[in-house]
Amino acid sequence: MSSLLRIILQRLGLGLVTLFVVSIVIFVAVNLLPGDFAEAILGQGATPESVAKIREDLGLDQPLIVRYFEWLMGMLTFDLGTSFAQLNFANFGGAGSVTVAEQIAPRLSNTMFLATVTACIAVPLAVTLGILAALYRNTAFDKAANMFTLSSISSPEFFMAYILILFLAVLNPIFPSLSNIFDGMPFSERLEKSMLPALTLTLVVTAHMMRMTRAAIINLLASPYIEMARLKGLSPMRVIVKHALPNALAPIINVIALNLAYLITGVVVVEVVFVYPGIGQLFVDSVKIRDIPVVQACCLIFAAAYILLNLTADILSIVSNPRLRHPK
Amino acid sequence: MYGISRRGLLQSGVAAGVLAATGLPLRAQTRGGKLTAGLGGANTSDSWDARTHSDIFMIASCHGAVFDCLTEVAADGSLVGELAESWEASADAKTWTFNLRSGVTFHNGKSFGADDVIESLQMHVGEDSKSAAKPIVEAITEMNKLSDTQVEFVLAAGNADFPYLMSDYHIVMYPAGQIEEAIAQGIGTGLYKVETFDPGVRMTASRYADHYKGDSAGFFDEIEYIAINDNTARMNALMTGQVDTINRIDFKTESLLRANPALRIQEVTGNQHYSMPMLTDVSPYNDVNVRKALKYGINRQELVDKILLGHGAVGNDTPIGPANQYYHAEMEQLEYDPDQAKFYLQQAGLDSLDIEFSASNAAFEGAVDAGQLFQSSAAAAGININVIQEPSDGYWSNVWLNKPFCACYWSGRATEDWMFATAYEEGVPWNDSQWGSDDSARFQELLLSARAELDTDKRQEQYFEMQQILRDEGGVLIPMFANYVQAVNNRIMSPDTVGNLWQMDNARMAERWSVA
Repeated sequence: MSSLLRIILQRLGLGLVTLFVVSIVIFVAVNLLPGDFAEAILGQGATPESVAKIREDLGLDQPLIVRYFEWLMGMLTFDLGTSFAQLNFANFGGAGSVTVAEQIAPRLSNTMFLATVTACIAVPLAVTLGILAALYRNTAFDKAANMFTLSSISSPEFFMAYILILFLAVLNPIFPSLSNIFDGMPFSERLEKSMLPALTLTLVVTAHMMRMTRAAIINLLASPYIEMARLKGLSPMRVIVKHALPNALAPIINVIALNLAYLITGVVVVEVVFVYPGIGQLFVDSVKIRDIPVVQACCLIFAAAYILLNLTADILSIVSNPRLRHPK
Repeated sequence: MYGISRRGLLQSGVAAGVLAATGLPLRAQTRGGKLTAGLGGANTSDSWDARTHSDIFMIASCHGAVFDCLTEVAADGSLVGELAESWEASADAKTWTFNLRSGVTFHNGKSFGADDVIESLQMHVGEDSKSAAKPIVEAITEMNKLSDTQVEFVLAAGNADFPYLMSDYHIVMYPAGQIEEAIAQGIGTGLYKVETFDPGVRMTASRYADHYKGDSAGFFDEIEYIAINDNTARMNALMTGQVDTINRIDFKTESLLRANPALRIQEVTGNQHYSMPMLTDVSPYNDVNVRKALKYGINRQELVDKILLGHGAVGNDTPIGPANQYYHAEMEQLEYDPDQAKFYLQQAGLDSLDIEFSASNAAFEGAVDAGQLFQSSAAAAGININVIQEPSDGYWSNVWLNKPFCACYWSGRATEDWMFATAYEEGVPWNDSQWGSDDSARFQELLLSARAELDTDKRQEQYFEMQQILRDEGGVLIPMFANYVQAVNNRIMSPDTVGNLWQMDNARMAERWSVA
């Protein structure tokens, strides 16, 4: 087990390095975009003096490197800073200025809620479909399931979203098209409002997980021990669920983790279409006004989600595979 | 008495006469119910600090529901008192005395008085102030509290429009000594009291029980404004009945809204205009004949039809629109006339003209297309326009005011003087055509004299002349006025006259509309 611990620590260390690199890339990339916060926020009202004033107030007149290290020092003390938008107008002794952490927390929890709802629908659905497709491979069912999931993954997300709105909100008003959830909303209502974005995301992530489940299982079906199980006279369902599935878990878990990460980082379009107040919308709004502290924080959260979920996937595949658990 | 404009008096008088003659009863508006609005134009940086407001979500929430100004522009364009009951000017329009309404309370129970007015205005000035209303308040040299309900303002120069300026959505009244708290929580004197506010997401408010407007306004028990910046999402929300009204209709899908019997579309032409400023101190635009050639070389009707899809009106190269008091509606319209354009080109000593026109959709939706239409219409007169597509980011800093000929938009101003003082007075920072006394000394002279003129007839004469000067010689091409278009569910009733100064009935739908 100590080797497992060592792997975890190693991966966490590498994760930190990745985050550091990501932060540099994002910082440089946002600064390469034409226009900056002062110009974006002033719009038509931008006079050279007012642009200069805002830049001076926010320290945007400092060289890039200085600004980056200032941000990094804050980061090392777990201070994400305050968004430019909040700083800019905090003329009254800092009243009403909300830190980036406070701004992001409720949005992140909304996104996590949506990801959880989606995962609760998508993961069982995909794995079940995958097992059934492996069981009835090359039948009409297998082909239909493949065709359906592949076409839903091949269409852009906003298109799937509008199709669902058309059928489930406009023609048959079952779910609301507006997912404006807020604090203090009862759980059932929250669930109802999140249903359409969750279904859209389900359509997007199911194909990948389902096809991996199917492929991993079919891959094992040619193995001698499966032949043995079959010769024992076990039912095909039992062969797959009890004998094949445990050995196919590692790749399936990997794909599930990758898709879960996508549910946190890839929801931007879906959140905009359904007006869901998650971190994706905040991210888009912040990029629009070049609010670097918020953009940086969002990106770090996205990167961290990927790193942690991948790490979890690796650990789970090690735990599920005795050969990896006891390396020679 | 300056409480009501000449035009407003005429309009309301005529309306009352018609009603009396037909015997139609006025539909009574009743209290109760809820208004849910889906509004584009929200930001995560929104706050209750009115100095920072520039878009409809916060204007409708702050100025339109939770806070009040001293004066208010009514739906018909006339000026009425809001927190001020009446006002008087000295003969030179330099000293203004405002009589405040008594017995008004803020939502936290504090009573409203002269101190609140003075402190709320002082927020806009000061060295560090980034307030958009700074130029307005800076013109006040002295603020004197005469009594708890009377304030005297002394201006640096006479300004007959001063009471109009006090209706600006940036200049709302905060409780003195508690401004910090009021900005954090949204404590105003408005018809609705904030319940929840999540910047860039949602605002809910409930009717404030003892409001001074009583039963004459603010008919809903509750209002909910939802931030929906995406056009399609906004329209879906209205079509599926999740919101009662939305702003900024996408013209491409407007026919779908019209086909829905449960909805109606409100469309008004106000002062919002799309313009093409030329720098009049740069060759060749310093030659009035070149400017005239361009004025005749643009097909205004085609732009209204193709860029606005008919949702607008042709412009006459003046920024004064139908929502202004002294709009010169009878002035002869400039028409597309390539022969005239050629004639003025010859007057300038030119056979043909090669110019560059900078545009980006940051100026207005379709600005680049508008440039291309202009290019083809002007070609017939021997004017070759090279349309340059500029990047949207930084457009206002790098292109506008810098490139000699570019695309621009203005939401317009409630008064003529305000508009002229913002963009046509010599030397002001946003004078996007560098229009000055070199171009027309008469214009600058009229600008100053009309500002202090209290006699409405004389004022009208002066403003009409100024509009004529701009049409004939001005440095800004204003080919079109863009309508404000919004849609409302028939569950909600709105008065027949809808404000055209700003979107959504001058952002006051919570005040003026009711459940049908």
